[in-house]
Amino acid sequence: MQHLIILPVLLPLLTGVALLIHRGGALTLRRTANVLSTIALVVVGILLVAESTDDTIRYYALGDWQPPFGIVLVLDRLSALMVMITSLLALGSLLYACAGDDEQGSNFHGLFQLQLMGINGAFLTGDLFNLFVFFEVLLIASYALLMHGGGKARTHAGFHYVALNLLGSMLFLIALGILYGTMGTLNMADMSAVVPTLDTADLGLVKAGALLLLIVFGLKAAMLPLYFWLPRAYAAAPAPVAALFAIMTKVGIYSIIRVYTLIFGEQAGPLANLAQPWIWWLGLATLALGAVGVLSARDMRTQVAYLILVSVGTLLAGTGMHNEAALSALLYYLIHTTLVSGGLFLLVDAIAQQRGKAGARIVQSRTLTQPATLGLLFFAGAIAMAGLPPLSGAFGKALLLQAATTAQQYWLWPILLGSGLASLIALSRTGSTIFWRASGEKTGITLGPLRVTGTLMLIGCAPLMVAFAGPITAFTQATAAQLLDRDAYVESIIARDDTGGDA
Amino acid sequence: MEALFATTTGILAASGLYLALRGRTFPVVVGLTLLSYAVNLFLFSTGGLTTDGSAVIGDGGGEYADPLPQALVLTAIVIGFAMTAFSVILAMRVRGDVGSDHVNGNRVDEPREDKS
Repeated sequence: MQHLIILPVLLPLLTGVALLIHRGGALTLRRTANVLSTIALVVVGILLVAESTDDTIRYYALGDWQPPFGIVLVLDRLSALMVMITSLLALGSLLYACAGDDEQGSNFHGLFQLQLMGINGAFLTGDLFNLFVFFEVLLIASYALLMHGGGKARTHAGFHYVALNLLGSMLFLIALGILYGTMGTLNMADMSAVVPTLDTADLGLVKAGALLLLIVFGLKAAMLPLYFWLPRAYAAAPAPVAALFAIMTKVGIYSIIRVYTLIFGEQAGPLANLAQPWIWWLGLATLALGAVGVLSARDMRTQVAYLILVSVGTLLAGTGMHNEAALSALLYYLIHTTLVSGGLFLLVDAIAQQRGKAGARIVQSRTLTQPATLGLLFFAGAIAMAGLPPLSGAFGKALLLQAATTAQQYWLWPILLGSGLASLIALSRTGSTIFWRASGEKTGITLGPLRVTGTLMLIGCAPLMVAFAGPITAFTQATAAQLLDRDAYVESIIARDDTGGDA
Repeated sequence: MEALFATTTGILAASGLYLALRGRTFPVVVGLTLLSYAVNLFLFSTGGLTTDGSAVIGDGGGEYADPLPQALVLTAIVIGFAMTAFSVILAMRVRGDVGSDHVNGNRVDEPREDKS
């Protein structure tokens, strides 16, 4: 199965194009095609993870142009893991969308698949310019999906999102130009090999390029000074789209981890670890301000969006801690937070539908039609998100707290635990307002089986991740070790020239 | 040639940035377009500026232009073009939905523009 590596890109592309061509087709047909394709993607994701566990780094040379001259897709543990999380999250939000959200606008299914193609491509590519191209693919699909269904708030938030991301793409291109001009290559493995041999005169330029990249990835990941677009855009987006967008900030985190461990990591000579202090402090600041945002939110959607910011801050701080244990812990936390926050977006939308006029605002209103089901799900989701035992959030945070060195503990412990407390206070206030301080007759709207399945699938990951914490942490530990072993990565891409790749 | 090239890129970028920071959607879109021109020019120059070089390495082995930035800039132009088209349509949609072409949705009373 040498062609398995390219399937996460090809499969959504073909399905997406087919869905766009037959956009007038019967709705059930389009839904079935989309769901089947996404299920196939989950299977491919699982196969990729299984394949990556033997610790060899495989690559797929497109058009059989050998690296560093051609574009390669690289499969290692991290990329396989990210592809699998994406497909799981996509399946959950797609099932939810099939209950009716997809009818609100045109072309939901086609765009959904193209979005998946962009995300998967960004995780798999081993070429920095190709990363830019996949960023654009996922962005242009996300622009359209964000405004799915139309309406004042969406177009408005959409324009800000588009303008900011266009600026981000331009900065990305400038950074790529600088790096290409000084290093003469854009293949990540090759760049990693070139960095230590750089001329001292070029160091300043390369450093500028590398930090410009941090701005771009920071914008995607919603790092502190660049996160102001996120709460509004996510709160305005339709629920299944917002749930899928939970992976978008992780694309930024993934790129940061990849670029600053592989290219500008330990072995980069004078440029070694140049971004880590920035990431560490900005991550902590994002974490602190995200917690304030969670407390101040007046709308459940905005609140979940700020919870995403809290998790982004946690992940960034973990990246900035820069040791193997922290990397492993943050990968565990990343799986948890992506799936659970996606589930929370779906759940909040389901709750809002049963509240009539009050919608997602945190105010007293009617009694919910299904208080028990929704309440239990909300309880589980809130515990997982706030990081209370026994669910996966607590586990991830504990691992991260443990990984901190003494100097880092002074900063990380109070801020991370404080943000957990803030989330807990805010979520319990929200929960008690919605479920207990409710009165009046019910709206009668109930949650369909598809919506329940979608939401349950994502939030259900929280207890599952605790039950299978052993194998998952074993995998993330091996992933962290593989990430920090730069030489193995470079050798398996560059030195295999003669034997050829899996083309 | 380097000085001319650098000045052009700089002026384009500066004008683009100024316009992108304006309050109305139309200047913002034009600003983003100008910025993308500047970025394309910059990207084009990353292989070094050569005149009379062959497109790829010729038999003579003399001076040749780096083909990779040309490929990169072509990709960037295509993407930038699509994005510009999209943002123009989006700006019109915002005007229609929000009823104002101000990026914050403010209905600014500016009599000289509201005469019709």
